[in-house]
Amino acid sequence: MSVIAPKFRLGYLIKGLTDNIFWIIVILTLVGLPVVQIVLIYIDFPIIDGEIWNPFRVLDAITHPERALPLVKSFMQTDFFKVAAFPGFGFAALIAAATIFVERKLLAKLQLRVGPFYCGKVEGILQLMADGLKLISKEIIIPAKADKPLFWAAPVLFAATAGAFVALIPVAPGWVVADIDLGLLAVFAVIGFFPIITIVSAWSANSKFPFIGGIRALYQMVSFEIPLILSLLGIVMLTGTLNLMEIVESQASFPWIIFMPIGAIVFFICILAELERIPFDLPEAESEIVAGWLTEFSGMMYGLVQLGSYLKLYAFAALFVVLFLGGWNGPWFYPMEPIAEVITDGVVLMPGALTLEIEGGLLFSQEMINGLIWFVLKTVGVILVILIPRGVFPRIRIDLLLQIGWYKLIVLAFINIFIALALVYSGIIGPGGIL
Amino acid sequence: MSGQVYPKDTKVLPGLQLEKVDDRIMTLNVGPQHPGSGHMRIIIKVDGDYIVHCDPDPGYVHRGEEKMAEYRNYITNIPHLERPVIHDSCNILYPYCLGVEELLGIEVSERAKYIRVIAAELNRCVYIQYWLAIYGIFLGHSTMFMWPVGDRELMIDLLDKMTGARVTHAYFVPGGVRNDIPANFEDMCLRQVNYFEKRLKEYADVFYDNPILISRTKDTGVLSREDAIKLGTTGSVLRASGVDFDIRKKEPYDVYEELDFQTNVLKEGDSYARSKIPWLDMLESCRIIRDALQKMPKSGSVRVKLKPKPKAGDTEVYRRVESGRGSLGMHIVSRNNPQPYRLKISVPSFRNLIAMPHLLTGEKLGNLPPVYWSLNYWPVEADR
Repeated sequence: MSVIAPKFRLGYLIKGLTDNIFWIIVILTLVGLPVVQIVLIYIDFPIIDGEIWNPFRVLDAITHPERALPLVKSFMQTDFFKVAAFPGFGFAALIAAATIFVERKLLAKLQLRVGPFYCGKVEGILQLMADGLKLISKEIIIPAKADKPLFWAAPVLFAATAGAFVALIPVAPGWVVADIDLGLLAVFAVIGFFPIITIVSAWSANSKFPFIGGIRALYQMVSFEIPLILSLLGIVMLTGTLNLMEIVESQASFPWIIFMPIGAIVFFICILAELERIPFDLPEAESEIVAGWLTEFSGMMYGLVQLGSYLKLYAFAALFVVLFLGGWNGPWFYPMEPIAEVITDGVVLMPGALTLEIEGGLLFSQEMINGLIWFVLKTVGVILVILIPRGVFPRIRIDLLLQIGWYKLIVLAFINIFIALALVYSGIIGPGGIL
Repeated sequence: MSGQVYPKDTKVLPGLQLEKVDDRIMTLNVGPQHPGSGHMRIIIKVDGDYIVHCDPDPGYVHRGEEKMAEYRNYITNIPHLERPVIHDSCNILYPYCLGVEELLGIEVSERAKYIRVIAAELNRCVYIQYWLAIYGIFLGHSTMFMWPVGDRELMIDLLDKMTGARVTHAYFVPGGVRNDIPANFEDMCLRQVNYFEKRLKEYADVFYDNPILISRTKDTGVLSREDAIKLGTTGSVLRASGVDFDIRKKEPYDVYEELDFQTNVLKEGDSYARSKIPWLDMLESCRIIRDALQKMPKSGSVRVKLKPKPKAGDTEVYRRVESGRGSLGMHIVSRNNPQPYRLKISVPSFRNLIAMPHLLTGEKLGNLPPVYWSLNYWPVEADR
């Protein structure tokens, strides 16, 4: 049976909108307003200083600048804000979105073409939104013989694990979602979870090409996890801690890449392999195995995996910055004193009725803003270096890849460990060292 | 090495048998709806990462060109005969025109011969650039997809000025070429060919000297000199295995013997050599075009007038040329009719396809795209 799409007419659209708006207004006025009135009757408004504090007055009080700033500040100290917005998901997703746009434009410039151009007025800046809308609106098709619960779970788990990885990254002094003493160990644990998701999704799709892709991803990730972990052991020896915040603070005078360039190179190559980026994009090698373990994903399931992989890209780049490039440490170029008088005293909202004491102080400390700018600059630099191989290298073969992982990178990682040991035992760095 | 690890099963016909399900062996249908197949299917069986059996299954784009040719006269056959490989349309019409000229006893003017050579070499560049682009994307090198496709426009522009069409030119006719080249063509052609050659040399930096590409394609799919001759391969595949065979040198047609060029031969016979030969051929084509532009007579007729339906005698003729993929021959049988009694196209793609099972058996799965596409195989042409 064929369905002919109705012709689009502006009149129909306006009629549909006005009809809906009409009924919404009718329902709100007939039902909503009486409900509000009834509720308001049974609420005793507090009387403070001889004035009734009705909802409008409370709103007025909250939006007053003197009270608003501490309120915003207290909201920013909550866990919810940290997880959802600033050091957590929102910030990472913003950088990931920018990365996708920059990647496409950079690759286009490298390949003598234009790249996204029409979507959005300026240089196709809204292309990502258009792609996202397209993915959301697409039908999700699941293979008939797939193991459905596992197949559904895989993209969600992938994005969630990438989000968990993001939560461990400190971006500025005091700004991290999960500040745990065994931070680096938690990072290893999260990284170790990715191959499991990959193989679960590949196995549950019950299809040949995803299966081969999943097996390849498993080989690749597992064999590159070992040099990845080994390349970071040197830093743990030098700093004597696994806490990422403390590792960053230990680099106040010099970044660790000066002493451990070999470890940095090994870690960078392992990043490329863990991220499945060219030249190591074997699990998604399209000319061999269609799209690898992503073959059967459609619509927003694919979109979630892409979101997860770009979050992962940001997290790995940020981890490189945190461990080797000194995190937020950098020369001051932001004014050390606040520009304007924004310091407010502590405030007590609605004394008598609702007691909420909020500290005064700055919204962001100057140190935090300076550190954040350095952190973002360094992370963007590392991301650019991760992106460029896509335009320069072809794909490598699985046996050559495993050879690099097992024979070369592990040896180099051990050399790095020996360098770290030499630095510690000669008394140059470490507890009681010269530097 | 190919063919030594696992015995080849030669009795099985593609796609017809119900196979026993084996725990270790997995059958993969690479194509016809696969990003790395083209208009064909390759049935491969893999044991882990090794291909133990390979069955190319062409025929998805069979169009009956040979039968169609029997119902059209010698002139109206021109536009549809270039369809099998539209990117190399001048070269696929070349043997047809040469053969019909021999059947009808027409002598082509000198200027038309030079124009034909220039058009054929430009078209060879267009085809090889397209081929190279797909070779790049098969290896996951997206820059090597975009650059050749972009630079190919230079040659397409020239052919557009020459023939009036960007891709399907229908430019060669029995008795010369369809129309003369425009007045300022020589200068423009020289300028664009020089720039094109400069760009080609930049490909070496990003692609041919790339260590990852070399590590990936060196010593994969090795075709020895003896096997290459025995399997009847042609063109770049044959020359990459160390056989000095180029129709332009061995059986010169039109004015190729007067032009200064050489044949590119590499000895390795692996996919790297097979992918490098067409690129060297393009550089050679640039030399030929420059030489031909110099030696071309500046004026003269380019086309011999024919009757509307010329009739050939009771005879037959076989002519072959060196196309972008190798020797392309046409056997035309005439039986005193305006139409050919039989027209057989001997295409290089199909001859190179025969080497595929030989090369892929025993290789790793990751070597499938580079080995497959290095055979210079054009599925549409092979199916005719």
